[in-house]
Amino acid sequence: MAIKPPNLRESEVWKSIFRPGSIYRKGYKDTSRDRALATMNNVLWHLHPTKVKRHGLKLTYTFCLGGLSFFLFVLLTLTGIFLMFFYRPMADIGGAQAYTDMQTIRTSVFFGDLMRNLHRWGAHLMVLSVTLHMARVFYTGAYKPPREFNWVVGVVLLFLTLGLSFTGYLLPWDQLAIWAVTVGTSLAGYSPFIAKQANFLLLGGAIVSPNTLLRWYVLHVLALPFVLVLFLAVHFWRIRKDGGISGPL
Amino acid sequence: MTWEETNKDMGAYQQALDAQSSSGVDSRVAEGRARRAAVRAYRNEHPDEDAAHAAEARTAAPAGGAPAATATAAAAPAAAAAAPGNGGAVAVAAAPMTAAVREAPLPTGNIPTPKKGAPDKHRLLAIVPPEGIQRVEREQGDRVHTWPHLLLEEFIAMSILFAGMLIFSSLINAPLRELANPNLTPNPSKAPWYFLGLQELLRYFHPMVAGIVIPTFILVGLAAVPFVDRNPSIRPGDRKVAITLFTILFMFGAVLTIIGSFFRGPGYNWVWPWTQGVFFEL
Repeated sequence: MAIKPPNLRESEVWKSIFRPGSIYRKGYKDTSRDRALATMNNVLWHLHPTKVKRHGLKLTYTFCLGGLSFFLFVLLTLTGIFLMFFYRPMADIGGAQAYTDMQTIRTSVFFGDLMRNLHRWGAHLMVLSVTLHMARVFYTGAYKPPREFNWVVGVVLLFLTLGLSFTGYLLPWDQLAIWAVTVGTSLAGYSPFIAKQANFLLLGGAIVSPNTLLRWYVLHVLALPFVLVLFLAVHFWRIRKDGGISGPL
Repeated sequence: MTWEETNKDMGAYQQALDAQSSSGVDSRVAEGRARRAAVRAYRNEHPDEDAAHAAEARTAAPAGGAPAATATAAAAPAAAAAAPGNGGAVAVAAAPMTAAVREAPLPTGNIPTPKKGAPDKHRLLAIVPPEGIQRVEREQGDRVHTWPHLLLEEFIAMSILFAGMLIFSSLINAPLRELANPNLTPNPSKAPWYFLGLQELLRYFHPMVAGIVIPTFILVGLAAVPFVDRNPSIRPGDRKVAITLFTILFMFGAVLTIIGSFFRGPGYNWVWPWTQGVFFEL
């Protein structure tokens, strides 16, 4: 007796994973209804409305800059997690593990060098793409009612992006890192009234020290990404609630 | 009871429809209001039939599952209580048409039990006046489905970005200098590139101005943009001032950053990058 091969897409397991309307489900038809369900019934895609303005698809309207910033954030999160496995934020007397770990990542860790390059270049590119995204939003007038608040959220995101990039800049603990951070933070010492306190809060001491390294590491891998994801969620949500992409011009 | 079965005054219907349509109301709303007018006109002409409907609703109420309510409450709330069970349309007919606000019936303490054999499903019926509906006046516009149009575009953008990043990162190594040494200041010492505009400003202003006042002003000023620029138009032709101002400030920042990056050398003094070389690291 011939055994009938099981059809994977008709199995209960398959059907339990892919909700009705999923493009992977048996019976998906290229109809208006199923296209809408494909967006609506997917945890990631339903960030989007089921339909979008046609003009928003034009590359020359958005240049996909907001999207690229988000993709870079995803790339930086993935490569950052990889790097965290091999990096210790320590530089106390008796050895600068942070720096030696950097050398290990470059020389001994499989794909370590590539991951570090991706992380560093991606960080620079993200600062650039977020800035250009802001310029695009300005030139298309996309901050106008009802999108005022989302512009403000965007400014916070720009600030957080700079903060993430700057805190990450210290972590290699080489000459480039500590002197760039020394120059960059020296300005905090000129804040009115709270100069000393601001400096201490930022550096965990009077100068850039191993305390600063630990402090900025925690900010870089946990605190700032956490806050950034919260604002990112609001940013995306407000795009939908404020009526999708702005325009057309 | 369907619309076709309902007794109505088609003359009143047409009259109301014309009146609503000429006043520029959306066609679907106009139709709904005309239907309401037609039914009301018929009822006003036949008050005896209307009373019969109300009596019918009263008798229907116990079947709806609220027996105690009929005894104590007035006809209108009783009819409303009947609505979830059956005869929703009858309940509409029985409700007094003049009352704008109706009191909810007092709780009787008797939890209605579903009829035997009734399907185990929620059935909710609400009677909503047309003016109580929040209508969204929005042009549907020229829209396309997110799947596949937008999602494919995003996927392509992501693929190109990741491929480009992979190629670039395979070819060009990120810098890693010698171990940090607090006693050996490199010359020049530069901040990361996105702060080099501010570092450049340090040449011209007191550190408090360049490091605190101007950055604060930039951030607060940026956040305030939508509240300062109240011009509602997004057409570039209507926003010449805003665009000019933003472009000048943006270019100002870009030029300062480029000067700080490429035209400053040892001692943070001016250099020409094509003669003395570039003192810039990412």
